Amino acid sequence: MSEHASSSHLNAPGGHGPRPVDGPHASDAARAKLAATWSDPPGFIGALSAINHKTIARRFIVTTFVFFVLGGLLALVMRTQLARPELRLIGPNLYNELFTTHGTTMMFLFAVPVMQAVAAYLVPLMVGARSIAFPRMNAYAYWIFLFGGLLLFASLAVNSAPAAGWFSYVPLSGPDYSPGKGSDIWAQMITFTELSGLLEAIVLITTIFKMRAPGMSLNRMPLFVWATLVTQFMVIFAMPSVMLCSTALILDRLVGTHFYNPAKGGDVLLWQHLFWFFGHPEVYLIFIPPLGFISSIIPTFARRPVFGYPAMVLALIATAFLAFGLWVHHMFATNLPELGKSFFTAASLMIAIPSAIQIFCWIGTLWTGRLNLRTPLLFVLAFFFILVMGGMTGIMVASVPLDLQVHDTYFVVAHLHYVLLGGAVFPLFGAFFYWFPKFAGRMLSERLGRWQFWLFFVGFNVTFFPMHLLGLHGMPRRVWTYPRGLGWENMNFAATIGAWTIALSVLLFIINVVVTLWRGEAAPADPWGAGTLEWSVASPPPPHNFDAIPVVHGRDPMWEPSAQPRFVSGLAADAREVLVTSVLDAKPDHRSWFPSPSIWPFISAVATTVLFIASIYTPWAVVWGSVPVAVAMIGWFWPKRSSNAFAVAREQRP
Amino acid sequence: MSTTGDLPKVQARPDEADASELLLDVRALPTFAFGHRSMMWWSTAGLMLIEGTVFGIAVMMYFYLRTHAPAWPMAAAAPELRWGTLNTLVLLLSMLPNQLAKRAAERCERGPARLWMTVCLLATVVFLVLRGLEFATLNVSWYTNAYGSVVWLLLGLHTTHLITDAIDTGVLTVMLFTGPFESKRFVDVSENALYWYFVVLSWLPLYGVIYWAPRF
Repeated sequence: MSEHASSSHLNAPGGHGPRPVDGPHASDAARAKLAATWSDPPGFIGALSAINHKTIARRFIVTTFVFFVLGGLLALVMRTQLARPELRLIGPNLYNELFTTHGTTMMFLFAVPVMQAVAAYLVPLMVGARSIAFPRMNAYAYWIFLFGGLLLFASLAVNSAPAAGWFSYVPLSGPDYSPGKGSDIWAQMITFTELSGLLEAIVLITTIFKMRAPGMSLNRMPLFVWATLVTQFMVIFAMPSVMLCSTALILDRLVGTHFYNPAKGGDVLLWQHLFWFFGHPEVYLIFIPPLGFISSIIPTFARRPVFGYPAMVLALIATAFLAFGLWVHHMFATNLPELGKSFFTAASLMIAIPSAIQIFCWIGTLWTGRLNLRTPLLFVLAFFFILVMGGMTGIMVASVPLDLQVHDTYFVVAHLHYVLLGGAVFPLFGAFFYWFPKFAGRMLSERLGRWQFWLFFVGFNVTFFPMHLLGLHGMPRRVWTYPRGLGWENMNFAATIGAWTIALSVLLFIINVVVTLWRGEAAPADPWGAGTLEWSVASPPPPHNFDAIPVVHGRDPMWEPSAQPRFVSGLAADAREVLVTSVLDAKPDHRSWFPSPSIWPFISAVATTVLFIASIYTPWAVVWGSVPVAVAMIGWFWPKRSSNAFAVAREQRP
Repeated sequence: MSTTGDLPKVQARPDEADASELLLDVRALPTFAFGHRSMMWWSTAGLMLIEGTVFGIAVMMYFYLRTHAPAWPMAAAAPELRWGTLNTLVLLLSMLPNQLAKRAAERCERGPARLWMTVCLLATVVFLVLRGLEFATLNVSWYTNAYGSVVWLLLGLHTTHLITDAIDTGVLTVMLFTGPFESKRFVDVSENALYWYFVVLSWLPLYGVIYWAPRF
């Protein structure tokens, strides 16, 4: 909480003579001091203590990407098994574990967290801040996420992975039908990832509300920051639902409660309500941040400010609201009242309105701009095509009679992959190409990028388009094999070829990244000629992000004539001092000292992991496991003597 | 806009190194602030939103199960009113020392803050003991039926908050007495008090659901 000073300066609390401060014309010594102050410590312990938001976010992005590749490899095994009828490469049990782990990984360990991870890197740079809010909590959230993901894959490695599907319906996942530890591990993995996600939400909301550079009022925030803000509020309202329902599941399994046991007054549909009250907004947790990516990429490559900024912001907010009124459309095959289902059909169709507003604004921007057709823009254009396809099938499955026909078939598999890959993964790759120079200081190869793009685009459609037809022909999802003579052979074979093509394209991306890091072309600060603040600093940014905090006078500061004052000055260079501003108008309010790197978040995360995992084996772990967690967190909070002396010497009351 | 009324004024001044350049000099700004101006307030608010959502959804679970039950409470007597009601009174009363601790902190008065935080800490002991008695008089076990499960879930969730709030308050009170002390701790005391309000006020609907809903 209060270890703010850089270690080298702790010996002189208060100091004598002028203390080093920042500013646009600060001396080189002051700049070097700033960099030293905000750096992470060296060494192995230093790596575990790191809290710089760029360090943590880089690890976070790489970790989620590793999970993406692992989840993709699982899919590849499944597709290979389904290439021909009656193949016996893997058996039904392993197949169940594979599709459960694939879905769980992609939804909980990749798609939602990768968006928060990218935001944790970019948001402080976009709003002109030296750090993310609560940097130690940010580090803790990362470690918790990592350990939760490792738990899931460790369970797969020892062949006791969950096998009840990524939405883990009861009674299948309940104590009677899923003996073994698989479903408990699934439920605890939810606890890990949702805890991490909720903490990230608090971190990002506070960063966006309180740490924007002076002058960046809410109506000047970049649209990606808006998208992140809206998404984090959705996280806060959606994730508690899944935490609660998975806790109730694990209680049913471990201590004999009866939430989902009809014999004792419980109800299995309660699970579906609670899960989808989270699960449908989750689609938008995955989909809204990419809308922000697109709204960053399109103006840059159309070389003009985005068309219809207020409409875009309102559309984001409307999408978020509507997303909470759709969950029952996942439950059309249950015995709910028909009138209720009609309401949810109407609500599902309404989501088309804000989506269309955004698409029209982007088309307006592209139409009136001067296009610069680089790889990031290719991925965005593919988004239009694929998402519209997914939206069309979405309208189909939002209608009750059609949904009953295709429920639990490959039609739904096709639909959800069109929406999720088209809506999230294509823009995400575009975002990687767009911001990679900022992350790594080097330009990804454009040639390899185009190869990757076309392989991905073609491979994607070859994989998933035939699945629409397979579903209409009656092929159920989650079957480990199928008999000959149903007319499914050729389409399945095509889908498998497509899956291998996607794998090849992802391999090309990995090669591109590795080669670029090894000997890529160095990136200037602003390689694309973009308008937002992250491009005003070097690539990669220095530890303290900004030598002087900018003062913002418009929505695209890099494209607008500069106005006075251009910069803030007077923040300490020898302490982790940040400027806190007001929520609406971003007027300077006070200075705040941020904590220094610390091993405690890591230790707290380890203690929390012990608590969560041990509680799968004995409920008493919740009691004795809380003690180390409490001790570690008090250690985390307790100030060091030196930093306390520093604060006492320099503090200034309001 | 409305939040800017009480903000300190920051004047732009010319840069010494280059007189044509104006700077927004922030070195005279305070190093902490209370209420929604402080970052801690926003993290506490976020926590309250999350936990309020958890409570809200848990209450919906209760009534969802109730609509599917032929009789409520299922095969059990309603919880005894005695301890739950007494605890509700204690929790409501504890808002007084809590408010006094908050006020002292916001005036940066360490002595009174210390005093009222100690009173709050004593209150946590009382309501944790009473909470134990509440569990003992629920008249149902979590493994009896779904009604028992959801009642234990509601009371258990709220008890977790009582325990964490007691630990937070304890750590802060120790710090107020022993140090290391810096003025930023006053912000922590103020935010702790805000969270206390949440824990008390969120109990009122839970009290109604656990103790009174099965009687109607």
